[in-house]
Amino acid sequence: MRIPCPHCGERGHEEFAYYGAADPRRPDADAPLEAWHDYVYLRDNPAGPHRELWQHVHGCRRWLEVTRDTRSHAIAAARDVAARGTA
Amino acid sequence: MTYSFLRLAAEALRGQTGWTPAWRDPEPKAEYDALVVGGGGHGLATAYYLAREHGITNVAVLEKGWIGSGNAGRNTTIIRSNYLLPGNEAFYEHSMKLWEGLEQDLNYNAMVSQRGVLNLVNSDAARDAAARRGNAMRLHGVDAELLDADGVRAMVPYLDFDNARFPIKGGLLQRRGGTARHDAVVWGFARAADRRGVDIVQNCEVTGIRVSNGRVMGVETTRGFIGAGKVGLAVAGNSSRLAGMAGMRLPIESHVLQAFVSEAIKPLIDCVITFGAGHFYISQSDKGGLVFGGDIDGYNSYAQRGGLPLVEDVMEAFMALLPLAGRLRVLRSWGGIMDMSMDGSPIIDRSPIEGLYLNTGWCYGGFKATPASGWCFAWTMAKDEAHPLNAAMRLDRFASGALIDEKGAGPYPNKH
Repeated sequence: MRIPCPHCGERGHEEFAYYGAADPRRPDADAPLEAWHDYVYLRDNPAGPHRELWQHVHGCRRWLEVTRDTRSHAIAAARDVAARGTA
Repeated sequence: MTYSFLRLAAEALRGQTGWTPAWRDPEPKAEYDALVVGGGGHGLATAYYLAREHGITNVAVLEKGWIGSGNAGRNTTIIRSNYLLPGNEAFYEHSMKLWEGLEQDLNYNAMVSQRGVLNLVNSDAARDAAARRGNAMRLHGVDAELLDADGVRAMVPYLDFDNARFPIKGGLLQRRGGTARHDAVVWGFARAADRRGVDIVQNCEVTGIRVSNGRVMGVETTRGFIGAGKVGLAVAGNSSRLAGMAGMRLPIESHVLQAFVSEAIKPLIDCVITFGAGHFYISQSDKGGLVFGGDIDGYNSYAQRGGLPLVEDVMEAFMALLPLAGRLRVLRSWGGIMDMSMDGSPIIDRSPIEGLYLNTGWCYGGFKATPASGWCFAWTMAKDEAHPLNAAMRLDRFASGALIDEKGAGPYPNKH
């Protein structure tokens, strides 16, 4: 599997560290406990397109949001997390 | 048909013409008392114990492919009960005891071989951790022996003991651990369940779960709707997909785990050996192939195949432990999809939907748990409450904080 890093070009995935699903967003500090439980523990875990976070640890060290199909490992998109804003 | 030496002799005399299929191939009925989704080891064991322990025989096991075509046929066949934490150890020891009587119980040769599981340690800190684990096991009444380097050398002299980077300092041995023939476990449970009246329905994929007023009514399948008051999901790898059909999100990620077998060689490894410095485990099958594996690839995957970087990682561990690996050819490799849970431990519990039960989160340790998983899941489904053995394996432990995190790795499924 090769990940197209927007800064370094296409690289083998062994250069990257995997974090997990990109969609869960950190709740506010005073959000109810249930929101924190969902954020920390629950996952959609789709069989299909999956937005996920990878860090290019052996390259530019930037965090990327990669959209990959979990059935075929085909990567549809990869962008720097800075590009997705804070919303 | 009961298998016995007499039957074998009689069949030998009449040219093996009297054998009948080990289980029926029934059409699914419109309604059952209980459905088990997933015809792997856990699902079939659940159906068997529902019938044997609880007298619930109007049961069907629904399998999308053929029984044992998923992880039951893709593991490295190791059985052991060398866990540390109270929520796990009694459960896995119950499984070990069920393994010990399984073949007589099922009237089927599952080739259970208590050849010993040896976990090597490569540092003083690892030895301390092994001693702690061994003591925890013994406090639960489970056998454990701490060996020094000479003790290990006497057992398995061909390892690279004086490796400069990873010297072997000793090991924790569970003599009652070992291996079992994984396909035979599936076939044995299937046949035994079938003999007690359970319908095993293959090529029947569940496509939806019908829920009404917070209660499960049955499942939609590729062979039509099948009604049931109780539905148990034992679909490791696809638990999130099935739970999603009932509107649930689980504390689970699906990851691929690879396993490998070498060409057959003469008898070499007469136990199970795990490498302490890296994640690597190896045994030898009765056909002579060395069966081995390591870590998961580490990213969400529903593809039943892995990547080359992990292959390299496993082979490096193999070479570090057993330099003779360099003269050996790998015959095959394959991948299975694991339910990696958020604390590395399984879930056997009711769900928020009445009549819907979850058996999930086995990470890559599901095979050894097969009998106890079925036994406890059957209990939970039959009595609508957990048995003390699976009382800690709750779905709500992630909300309550009562996690069972053997490695202390935190909520990162690929770190367990």
